[in-house]
Amino acid sequence: MPSARSWRAYPQTYRLEASRCSGCQKTFFPPRQVCNACSGREFETFRMGYGGTVVTHTVIRTPGDQFQGEAPFAVGIIAMDDGPKMTTQIVDVPLEEIRIGMKVKLEFRRMYAEGHDGVIEYGHKAVPLRE
Amino acid sequence: MRDVAVIGVGMQKWGEIWTKSLREIFVESALLAMDDAGIDKLEAMYVGSMSPGLFAAQEHIGSLLADYLGQAPIPATRVESACASGGLAFRMACMDVASGMHDIVLAGGVEKMTDISGGEATFALSTASDMKWEGTCGVTFPGLYAMMAVAHMEKFGTTREQLAQVAVKNHANGSLNARAQFPTKITAEQVINSVKVADPLNILDCSPITDGAAAVIVVPADMVKNFQQPGVKVTGTGHATDTIALHDRDDLTVIDSARLAGEQAYKMAGKTPQDIDLCEVHDCFTIAEIMVTEALGFCELGGGGPAVAAGHTALGGKIPVNTSGGLKSKGHPVGATGVGQVIEVVEQLRGQSGQRQVKDAKVGMTQNMGGSGGSSVVHILEVM
Ligand SMILES: [Zn+2]
Repeated sequence: MPSARSWRAYPQTYRLEASRCSGCQKTFFPPRQVCNACSGREFETFRMGYGGTVVTHTVIRTPGDQFQGEAPFAVGIIAMDDGPKMTTQIVDVPLEEIRIGMKVKLEFRRMYAEGHDGVIEYGHKAVPLRE
Repeated sequence: MRDVAVIGVGMQKWGEIWTKSLREIFVESALLAMDDAGIDKLEAMYVGSMSPGLFAAQEHIGSLLADYLGQAPIPATRVESACASGGLAFRMACMDVASGMHDIVLAGGVEKMTDISGGEATFALSTASDMKWEGTCGVTFPGLYAMMAVAHMEKFGTTREQLAQVAVKNHANGSLNARAQFPTKITAEQVINSVKVADPLNILDCSPITDGAAAVIVVPADMVKNFQQPGVKVTGTGHATDTIALHDRDDLTVIDSARLAGEQAYKMAGKTPQDIDLCEVHDCFTIAEIMVTEALGFCELGGGGPAVAAGHTALGGKIPVNTSGGLKSKGHPVGATGVGQVIEVVEQLRGQSGQRQVKDAKVGMTQNMGGSGGSSVVHILEVM
């Protein structure tokens, strides 16, 4: 069985559900209860688009226990076209070709095995956007 | 508020201490601090510890350590702000004494990190990041700082060689410190050719996993004449928070919590960066020292790399940084680190630092940081 910790985040994990502050239009992923720009408490929920840009990146060569056997793999911070930034793995590209400013899109992939039962968790990873 | 001073310090050599438990290493350092001050009774204590539960399967350590130090039933508080727990415990002790609540207060820190495997320790440390939105994609702490390094290199032209120079300098300083975990000099070539951890950071860019404890005694400044050691006054304190998820910050090339905590401490002490004679900063990774020296105003933004390469932050430079060896060489028992920084500055201001003594040091500073910069605690200390 998936844990409550993972299923209650399904709207964000599976549908990229984000929120936009009704007061100042700042966008948040995951959604928040209070806007950290204007202290507003009213938001509208929206589904984030898949496109974004790499703002920084690294190659993890010494991973934590959960990711043993997968290294080396690339991780980056992606500025989503809809505003929020998020940390994701960057895949389907040679590690040395990843650059700041590179356009990417999110795809749904296997992430890791959660908890002692080893339930497979899925989530989004970034792949290069090819013209 | 009352003025506050430090009149006792204590720490043993840090490292892999397999023969002693968490409570034993803490009590040893606390007793050294109490003996240094010439006291055997405390009125309260604050202990910084990031995660005794994950590292040593023991919570509730405020009471445990007060008891084993022979001080129960005094109020004892564990303080947690990830790797800034020790600096924050010191700030809590200063605020307690400043408020008039107590006169003789111990600020300590402890972490017992080597009783579990390296992988388990990596996991425990990673809980200082946003576990749901950073941890689940496999990014580690070296990975988060590596991403700051990549952004800093892109924006300011900081080089791989400049990062290495931080480690070279801090190990040179640490080689003069008998309490350092790795008191060995290293070369830039060794750093650049060491095992890759998270590009561009290698193993010799990273602080180690360490067992250690540290403690200081804080009293009202007008009581220092009652004690055997010269008092060192705490004239400025600052504490600021930021998003713990790195990706939620607007600018990845500035550590804002360090900048803001520094501004608070400078304002309270009536000092500027030019007044500081030495500074202990949180060099958990080489890039962190570069970014913090910028955030505290010792150089302009982007100037941290050139400053270390030019020797400005070395012993004998304009502003010696991490004379103790820093986290890099002295070790990083996370909860104890911030208190260890205070001890280095107190000993420097007392003129007790031997071969690494900064000449005529009158004003010192500490900067202790949690996670990827989600919290920072800064103190300014001065001779009385
Ligand atoms: Zn808003």
